[in-house]
Amino acid sequence: MNLEWMAWTLPTGIFFMVIVLMLIGMTVWQLQSPSIARRGLLPIATTRGDRLFISLLGSAYIHLAWIGFTHLSLWFATAISLVWLIALMRWG
Amino acid sequence: MEKWQDNRAWLLILPVFVIVAFSAVVPLITVVNYSVQDIFGPGQRLFVGTEWFREVLGDPRLHAALWRQFGFSALVLVLEIPLGVLIALAMPKKGWGVSLSLVLLALPLLIPWNVIGTIWIIFTRPDIGLMGAALNAMGLAFDHTARPLDAWITLMLMEVWHWTPLVALLAYAGLRAIPEPYYQAAKIDGASAWAVFRYIQLPKMRGVLTIAVLLRFMDSFLIYAEPFVLTGGGPGDSTTFLSIYLVKIAVGQFDLGPAAAFSLIYFLIVLLFSWLFYQALQNVGTGANR
Repeated sequence: MNLEWMAWTLPTGIFFMVIVLMLIGMTVWQLQSPSIARRGLLPIATTRGDRLFISLLGSAYIHLAWIGFTHLSLWFATAISLVWLIALMRWG
Repeated sequence: MEKWQDNRAWLLILPVFVIVAFSAVVPLITVVNYSVQDIFGPGQRLFVGTEWFREVLGDPRLHAALWRQFGFSALVLVLEIPLGVLIALAMPKKGWGVSLSLVLLALPLLIPWNVIGTIWIIFTRPDIGLMGAALNAMGLAFDHTARPLDAWITLMLMEVWHWTPLVALLAYAGLRAIPEPYYQAAKIDGASAWAVFRYIQLPKMRGVLTIAVLLRFMDSFLIYAEPFVLTGGGPGDSTTFLSIYLVKIAVGQFDLGPAAAFSLIYFLIVLLFSWLFYQALQNVGTGANR
């Protein structure tokens, strides 16, 4: 199968692999111990999947803001996003 | 073993997963791949990292198109949702009037979108159009091809005419689903028409109104065919919305990389606002956020 038209690159390949692994991980986790919606720091009750969605969406905006407002390395934005993701999954 | 019965449903929705994968997920992945490369042609490409995102985020024409788009979507929601609910409340509840009003309301929804644009071009033409010529005969200089305000008025009229019926039909379906005892109880309590609307009809319409707001926001935010046919984004840039500008970059200039980066930002905005609206409408008045 020729996938040249999809124009894969190594960074985007890694990016999507991480997303897929996350989804598989979350599915397995959900099957092992089903998540119950609860209230944390966020103003709404969320399940584990909700919090992952919010943190991923937030991470996308953190990266965009970083690109838009600074010229520093994007790795800083990734580090901030990682902290944001962990914080939200734990206390969100 | 009881679970197994339910799980077979997954098999039945498998075709949908496959179709969505091919029609949405694979193209989206490709757009992500394009957004970080300079595409010269098939097989000829260069990795450029976040350059396109930087370029697109700093583009003043895109900022202008974005604010224009937000203004348009806000107007659409402010006009169409209350108007749709009002129409639904005024519609007959039984008899031949029901079928008649349903058919009349559904008519604008059945017309292809580019035809809608053409209809309104002709309707508002200052020389031969019913509306355009009538306004000019009354001494009001109306020309949607030359004056930005007129272009916006025409666009909003067209949009409201085209899509308010959808809101009305959804709201009507919501109203019809309210059991009669609610109204009887309200009557016994001597509730006013406003109280019936505020405490029975509106809460009971929450589900359908959520769908209406989401659909109208997403559709208006992604609008392309009607303004493209009606004004082509003009006069000047006054009705150049995000999708029209995006197509100019992608198809007009063939800048696939920046267009892909632009598309992703566009996608993220729609995703964020749809999610926010969904959460707000699901939680409003339920006491969930107290």
